[in-house]
Amino acid sequence: MAAAAVPTTNGSATRRARWTYSDRILSRPGAYVDEEDGFVPGEAPITSVENARILVIGAGGLGCEILKNLALSGFKKIDVIDMDTIDVSNLNRQFLFREKDVGQPKATVAANFVMKRVPGCTITPYVGKIQDKDQDYYLQFNIVVCGLDSIEARRWINATLVDLVDMENPDSLKPLIDGGTEGFKGQSRVIFPTMTSCIECQLDMHAPRAAVPLCTLASIPRQPQHCIEWAHIIKWEEERKDVTLDTDDPEHITWLYKKALARAQEYNISGVTYSMTQGVVKNIIPAIASTNAIIAASCCNEAYKIATTCAPCIGMPGQNNYMLYTGDTSVYTYTFEHQKKDDCPVCGNLPKDLVVNPTSTLGDLVESFAERPESQLKKPNLRSEGKSLYYSSPASLMAQTKGNLVKPLNELLSDGEEIAVTDPAFSTVFKYRVHFS
Amino acid sequence: MEVQVPPPLQDIPTAKEKKYDRQLRLWGASGQKALEETHVLLINNGSGVTGVETLKNLVLPGVGQFTILDSHVVSEADLGVNFFLEEESLGQFRAEETVRCLCELNPGVQGFALTEPLETFIDKDDVLKPYNLILVSAPLDSAILARIQLYANALQIPTFYFRSTGFYSSFSVLLPTAFPIVDTHPDPTSTTDLRLLKPWPTLSEFVREKTKGLGTESMNQHDKSHIPYVCLLLHYLEQWRDKNGGKNPETYKEKSAFRELVREGDANEENFDEACANVLKALNPPTISSTVRNIFAAPEIDELTTSSPSFWLIANAIRQFYNTHNELPLPGAVPDMKAQSADYIELQNIYKKKARQDCAEVVETVRQLEKQTDRPKEHEISEKEIENFCKGAAHISLVRGRPLQIVEAGKPITFGDRAKAMAMELTNPESLIGLYICFLAWDEYIATRSTPSNENGDNGLKIPGSTDKDYKTDETKLIDMAHIIVDNLLKEANTSIDEPESSEIKAQIAKQCKELVRAGGGELHNLASLTGGMISQEVIKVVTRQYVPVDNTCLFDGIASRTYVLRI
Ligand SMILES: [Zn+2]
Repeated sequence: MAAAAVPTTNGSATRRARWTYSDRILSRPGAYVDEEDGFVPGEAPITSVENARILVIGAGGLGCEILKNLALSGFKKIDVIDMDTIDVSNLNRQFLFREKDVGQPKATVAANFVMKRVPGCTITPYVGKIQDKDQDYYLQFNIVVCGLDSIEARRWINATLVDLVDMENPDSLKPLIDGGTEGFKGQSRVIFPTMTSCIECQLDMHAPRAAVPLCTLASIPRQPQHCIEWAHIIKWEEERKDVTLDTDDPEHITWLYKKALARAQEYNISGVTYSMTQGVVKNIIPAIASTNAIIAASCCNEAYKIATTCAPCIGMPGQNNYMLYTGDTSVYTYTFEHQKKDDCPVCGNLPKDLVVNPTSTLGDLVESFAERPESQLKKPNLRSEGKSLYYSSPASLMAQTKGNLVKPLNELLSDGEEIAVTDPAFSTVFKYRVHFS
Repeated sequence: MEVQVPPPLQDIPTAKEKKYDRQLRLWGASGQKALEETHVLLINNGSGVTGVETLKNLVLPGVGQFTILDSHVVSEADLGVNFFLEEESLGQFRAEETVRCLCELNPGVQGFALTEPLETFIDKDDVLKPYNLILVSAPLDSAILARIQLYANALQIPTFYFRSTGFYSSFSVLLPTAFPIVDTHPDPTSTTDLRLLKPWPTLSEFVREKTKGLGTESMNQHDKSHIPYVCLLLHYLEQWRDKNGGKNPETYKEKSAFRELVREGDANEENFDEACANVLKALNPPTISSTVRNIFAAPEIDELTTSSPSFWLIANAIRQFYNTHNELPLPGAVPDMKAQSADYIELQNIYKKKARQDCAEVVETVRQLEKQTDRPKEHEISEKEIENFCKGAAHISLVRGRPLQIVEAGKPITFGDRAKAMAMELTNPESLIGLYICFLAWDEYIATRSTPSNENGDNGLKIPGSTDKDYKTDETKLIDMAHIIVDNLLKEANTSIDEPESSEIKAQIAKQCKELVRAGGGELHNLASLTGGMISQEVIKVVTRQYVPVDNTCLFDGIASRTYVLRI
């Protein structure tokens, strides 16, 4: 790669003057590390951080902060992936973007801004999905930092990095640092794939919100949200089936809002607003600059410690690996060790026990996989040891297997049998051992 | 088909609401207004990144105005750690350059730079008056910090003092001696208050109507499966009392038996599931929290004057309500539950009506108090404010601001009435009191070793570890100073710690001192950004008077990745 542009008037001495504070930490011994931990104060850790290749997934609220923080921590080879374009509602926290950038891809605008501010740092943007990239791509990096708002994407990169681990090749182990925020709360965690608890092990920390039953929406709405969901799920299908709902299109949101408002008036329900409509339909999570700053900086602090070994990071086997931050009432952090699960479908090797009612149907079981906090699979495909039980896709297999949905489980399975569940969204096989209750 | 008249659309968001959408969902229009009326002053010292990062998080959500007072000139080292500077900033005033780069973030925010030295700035009268919040970063001359505190206290301006060096940071907030909060945003699951042990006639009437025929053939399964769980619980409570001498289930065992009784009503229906799940929570007798009790016992509630803050008048009225009814005004919210639409709406209205009645009683008392205290008509407390208070009465909060602990040369470091509590913190392995003591030693080192001249490059301030030459001896000095603070704290608290615990505590403090000296007063960008994030959250809580701020000192350990809050 071409040498990054450094102002030629600066000699190397003044160039190092720029890193006075970080260099001081890296060139003096630490109170919590010694040479046995691999920390040799001086040139070595400085070179390590400069040469480390680090991948940032997401260039949104957390991503902007992460890119800034890594660049000012001395990382010089950064890649960033994001598929989104800039929206006006990003501007209250995504500080690398301006009004003139609305509509532009986040990854490119963010990378260019940080490179301009921090000369000598190269940031390579990719506008697209993480799923576009193959194993060879991810193998290039030393550390992966995630600032995402999607559970699906986190699960995908987690499974990919676990798959990447080759016991013969220590370089194949990529520490994964993940951050997330909601309002004044957030969490940051460090994962050493296959060695410590992974995102799939921790999935129950993000239990899905209980969905409102369809019959409530259809016939007995009680809350303004029920009216909005009715407009969103039922009315749109009925009246505008051939238009794909675009939740960023104000005309679409206004249409849903009007429908929801009329329904609410019919049932004497108050509280439907435009803002609520948008919130429900887009599943909006409140987000502010402050919390993003806290969580992103925590992630990058761990990345800096991992790359330089100048102080112990969190996430080592047997150590704390998870920090929960709560800022709405005083400030409280809970930093703890989340235990690795032997029956984790991604990093464990034992099937998970699953107690089922033998007279319930396969259809019930299929539905339950979407709601189970530890699986959250929306399009599950099920196989038993001997046969295909159900495929939600492709259509040909679905046609062959959907007859099974109405059959009771004891007709399809025996007590103690193992089943494998997959979902087109993930590369992982979820193994379960079925026990009849 | 009938022509539908479109309902009026009055709340299509404005451009500003669109931009601030994600935060308005947290603090609403009133919080946003308070933020926009705020003028923050940052008195920036040292490497100065934490303060600028704090401002970033305030400029983005639209703070009204900010001013940076900083006489430093941008150095190479600044460019490696501060994001709000550019190559061209080198050699310019840091205040002017950071203000310029911060203003780019939000065209709606005004920023000002002051490049005057702090010591002449603070000498002038009324110089802090234009600001409603002050941020002060370490290190600075402790005598000046004491003056800032004196003025801030007199003007009741919330003030933050913070230090960030290497992997450690701390911030303390000076709040007014009474800082009450009504809008505390409690967890919604903790706020449900259905008063099932004390139903009022309209509610009981509704329950009788909805449960008529329950348990007999005359009620069909569809109706049965749509009885709101509130009605189920009240219905079975009456049955229970009939069989148990008029008493409600009180012990855990009785509550479990009561749950069985509800379960016998139906084994499968969702509304019965909901009723069973809510037995324990709904049958707790109403109690008021210790915070509310403290507010009811506060001197301000009885010393009402013409100019008392509205909080104390309403609190007084609510206390009268509580003394009369032995319960707080009903909040009136009903959680969602399986029910027919019309039944649920009716139930909601029953609760709302009762809440309005309770509130009306409080309003009446407030009006009497206003009359008794000769409150001017233009300061009459709005019904909306009283209603909001009634809704959140169980969750109001009060922070008692305390002065910053300022270390001045030649004066002993004391903890006063907090000495005993802080000495106890020393033996709590979770506590970061040790780190706090290291910071006090750090302040003491600077206060006692600085020179008035500018020979050390930072307004004459000498920072431990800032030169390679003195770095090792500074370590020893700082550790000694921190250990003396520990010994004096134990003396002041009139207590002692046995061996080996005492040596272990001191060994831990020695390590933390070493880390502080290692950084030599320089900030790591990540720690500065993280600390700026925490401070800006607190600033937002303080200016919006929503959520509950830190009381009063927060420490962050970037090695263990955790915080700890101390009341100093
Ligand atoms: Zn796992």
